[in-house]
Amino acid sequence: MEYLTFGKYTWYVWSSAALTFVVLGANIFLARRRLKLHIEKARRRLAAEEV
Amino acid sequence: MIPWFGWIALALIAVGTVGGLWIAPPDYQQLDAFRIIYFHVPSAWLSQFGYVLMAVAAAVGLIWRIKLAHAVAAACAPIGASFTVVALATGSIWGKPMWGTWWVWDARLTSTLVLLFLYFGYMALRAAIDDENRADRASALLAIIGVINIPIIKYSVEWWNTLHQPATISKLGKPSMNPDMLIPLLVMWLGFTFFFFAVLMVRARAEILVRERNKKWLRDVIGKG
Repeated sequence: MEYLTFGKYTWYVWSSAALTFVVLGANIFLARRRLKLHIEKARRRLAAEEV
Repeated sequence: MIPWFGWIALALIAVGTVGGLWIAPPDYQQLDAFRIIYFHVPSAWLSQFGYVLMAVAAAVGLIWRIKLAHAVAAACAPIGASFTVVALATGSIWGKPMWGTWWVWDARLTSTLVLLFLYFGYMALRAAIDDENRADRASALLAIIGVINIPIIKYSVEWWNTLHQPATISKLGKPSMNPDMLIPLLVMWLGFTFFFFAVLMVRARAEILVRERNKKWLRDVIGKG
């Protein structure tokens, strides 16, 4: 487990890494959710118009 | 193309993280605290690159009236803002052990905070105007005017006395970093850039879907999909 520690700076390094990866993940999640939402909306509109 | 950019980004970020956290030697002065650079610098780079790209796209949209350019500008804003938050937060985390404080109102930090507010202002302005064309024009003007902040951020460490260190990597000069430390940083930088474009493409698609919702070509594409 020693390789997971960075001396007295462990907290600072890991919190920076965690924050960065959370934001990267959130970017992917939000962008994909937005795209899916608009694709669904467009499909529903199209289906409603066809009926 | 999006999966390619995404997977390349993921691979590069994974390699850069391993290189930065475990392979690069500790700094002689900052010891292991310097490893925050592998998250801070690529985020700070993208926060500024994202803004320049947004301003260029907005200018193209404004001058040549290309709607796709406005869509790209609108897609850049949330991604750029998120990287500005990361740059500010990781800088603050790095500042605590090195400077003894989370925040100082020095030129680099303050101008980066202004950048975040410019992103927020751009997004708020777009959201506040219902008419798409007017929103495009007004937000494009804000993006173009705000680009003046980018050279201020870049040269703030030279123009003013700041706690923030000067540039570590310079395209014109010799980098002040040891190659063992520099290579993982460049890998991270490249990975973050690929990541930015992967997310930008997804967001731009969503933006185009909203704008072109009444167009026949889009209905044909959606109908087929």
